[in-house]
Amino acid sequence: MSELSEAEVRDEVRTWLKANWDPNLPLLEWRNKLADSGWGMPHWPREWYGRGLPPGLVRVVEEEFAAVGAVGVLRGGIGRLAAATLLEHGTEFQKRKFLRRIITAEDTWCQLFSEPGSGSDLAGATTRADFDGTNWIINGQKVWTTSAHHAKYGTLLARTDWDAPKHEGLSYFIIDLKQPGVEVKPLRQMNGHASFNQVFFTDAKVPPEYLVSRVGNGWQVAVTTLAHERRFADGLAAPTRRGPRTGRIYDEERAELATVMEPYKWYPQRAGRVDLVIERARETGANQDPRVRQEIAKLMTLAKAAEWTSRRARAAQRRGRPQGPEGSLGKLAASHVARSAARVHTLITGTAAMLTGEDSPRNGVIAEILVSVPAVSIAGGTDEIQRNIIAERVLELPKEPRFDTGPFRNVRRN
Amino acid sequence: MSGAQESTTHPAQRIQYAFTEEQEQFRAALRRFLDDKSPPSEVRRLMETEPGYDPAVWRQMSQELALPAIHLPHQYGGSGFGMVELGIVMEELGRALLCAPYFSTAVMAANAILNAGSEQQKAALLPDIASGEHLATLAVAELGGDWDPHAIQLRATPAGDGFLLDGVKSYVLDGHVSDLLIVAARTAEAADGLGLFVLPADTRGLTRRLLKSMDATRKIARIDFKGAQAQLLGSVGAGANALARTLDQAAIALANEMVGGAQKLLDSAVNYAKMRVQFGRPIGSFQAIKHKLADMLLDVELARSTAYYAAQAAAVEDPEWPALACMAKAAASEAYLRTAIDCIQIHGGIGFTWDNDTHLWFKRAKSSEVFLGMPDYHRELLMQRWRV
Repeated sequence: MSELSEAEVRDEVRTWLKANWDPNLPLLEWRNKLADSGWGMPHWPREWYGRGLPPGLVRVVEEEFAAVGAVGVLRGGIGRLAAATLLEHGTEFQKRKFLRRIITAEDTWCQLFSEPGSGSDLAGATTRADFDGTNWIINGQKVWTTSAHHAKYGTLLARTDWDAPKHEGLSYFIIDLKQPGVEVKPLRQMNGHASFNQVFFTDAKVPPEYLVSRVGNGWQVAVTTLAHERRFADGLAAPTRRGPRTGRIYDEERAELATVMEPYKWYPQRAGRVDLVIERARETGANQDPRVRQEIAKLMTLAKAAEWTSRRARAAQRRGRPQGPEGSLGKLAASHVARSAARVHTLITGTAAMLTGEDSPRNGVIAEILVSVPAVSIAGGTDEIQRNIIAERVLELPKEPRFDTGPFRNVRRN
Repeated sequence: MSGAQESTTHPAQRIQYAFTEEQEQFRAALRRFLDDKSPPSEVRRLMETEPGYDPAVWRQMSQELALPAIHLPHQYGGSGFGMVELGIVMEELGRALLCAPYFSTAVMAANAILNAGSEQQKAALLPDIASGEHLATLAVAELGGDWDPHAIQLRATPAGDGFLLDGVKSYVLDGHVSDLLIVAARTAEAADGLGLFVLPADTRGLTRRLLKSMDATRKIARIDFKGAQAQLLGSVGAGANALARTLDQAAIALANEMVGGAQKLLDSAVNYAKMRVQFGRPIGSFQAIKHKLADMLLDVELARSTAYYAAQAAAVEDPEWPALACMAKAAASEAYLRTAIDCIQIHGGIGFTWDNDTHLWFKRAKSSEVFLGMPDYHRELLMQRWRV
């Protein structure tokens, strides 16, 4: 099949939208059209609800959708990660059963990887899956699970072989969470929100056809999911929305987004709210203090430098150059920015940093920054793990000696 | 891009986050030249000489590579490139720690003439700088070492068809070997109180003294003026703006030079950590060292981003660029010095010896930290330019 040109794709999607887009359709009906036509996930293969476009042309489709205000497939959400993983490792049965309902967002998903005993060291999972001749029986506990309270399915990393080395004894499953052996409890964070859950498994059942890839290959599959997670995190910028956006479909989409995005509502504060710093300095008069001015300048420099560094990484990639060190540095830079911002907000706010809620400046936003920033340098890989990655993969320094080789049964753990 | 399109886009939208193929090739060629001409052994040899540079290498840099001409317009014998290409040159010179009067001549003096000079003066002065024939420098700071133009005290008083200069300039880069001096002076004639003046270095009434500089790769002189005859660059009243512009351009150029030096130090620390064995393993396998090196890399990359962005912004005349010059100078000088200190630390005892090359870059980091103003001075200037 010959490659389509950008102009041809643009023409095709425009024609299709002209014939099909209607803001008064029910959201589900529209999403079904996206699945049937392939325009919802244009870089997916044609046989699986996509159009087989090269990833570089997805932007063209997004631009045309944005131009008429057409709603796309649900952005964010774990379903996208699960789908990407299934496309790569799933069976025909799994693709047929799950992919379409991810596109239509009829099923929401969660990711069951982290455990109380294995955070940075994900491959040290001890949630077990034992085959009883009919089903896999799951016992153990997962944690930091976003959306588990409303998810229908989860992608689960569990240990199936305790005599194999750590990374080779894991398997990757899809689990139906709506069953008696699964208990979901919210996990309250130090900032008062409960965006994540703890998930407890007591003899929960997974049918054998829900095993993804083969027994013992779970770590390899999980690595695929994690790679997609990093990619999505990088490209999460919302598309520009144009037009009046009135119509039934927009109301439904807003409700959907409100549910999906609810756990993330404090994330801007977690990142430090650099955007508020200069305004706050002016409104408090702290902008007259030479010490504060120095700290603001340092913070703004750091924030700008971090932004330009990630832009440089993307520009190098677009030019087809090998990705430089810039890419892996973004997360570490974001931690520095957030911490510096929390320090500067404190400096500006002074004693009022003792207050919270409506008594705190900006109706609690400043307090929320101060108690949310500590998450940045932990979530999605701690700063220490990022430094190991940078040191070993970018600077090519020798690895640490390991103490977790041999049968997992004998490896020291929590 | 057509002129019509350009007028409707904001300059910031024309900023490039990656170098072009041509720019990369230019950098590679320059790096090969410098690897050949400026190994540490040459740096050590030249830093002990009084002139502080090799005239033969300067001729090659000028005539074969046209480096002093790179950012100068064609009509003055230049190559017609801009701040981005100048940044590439500075970065590579900083990496190689080349001993040559490039920053003084091509960056500080040539930009001062470009920014302040009349058409006639530019046509008369710049071609000899572009060709490398003349060395030149810009004298701003005085005995107090203050880089704020308000602190300038050296006086220019009208005399005949020119001015007489009286006062003292210090921290003048390559002032002892320059053929041409550009001097920032206070004058009652100008509304802004400042003017940039030009005079040959052998003018009667001035004496030059080479100072002992801690960074021996960068020579600095003190110059005493006692009624030395000089010409005003450009017209009365435009001196302060031209000087500010020149210093901002110099800050960006220096920031790029510092990034080159910092990267060199980082490379050296990484290589040493892979090679040096203690407790039966390479020290680079210890997290204490790994994490320090990862932090150094981040530090250098963030500084690099500010230096590159400022050069791009200046090249497209984004109105933000003078503020970004301050940002880049402050960020790069702090990153450079931190990298130098950590590089010594990772080398351990050997890093503190004269024989190890680290101190050469450490001293350049130290001199660059304070030259053109300390980081806190530039941060305050950034806040003022952002009207905070």
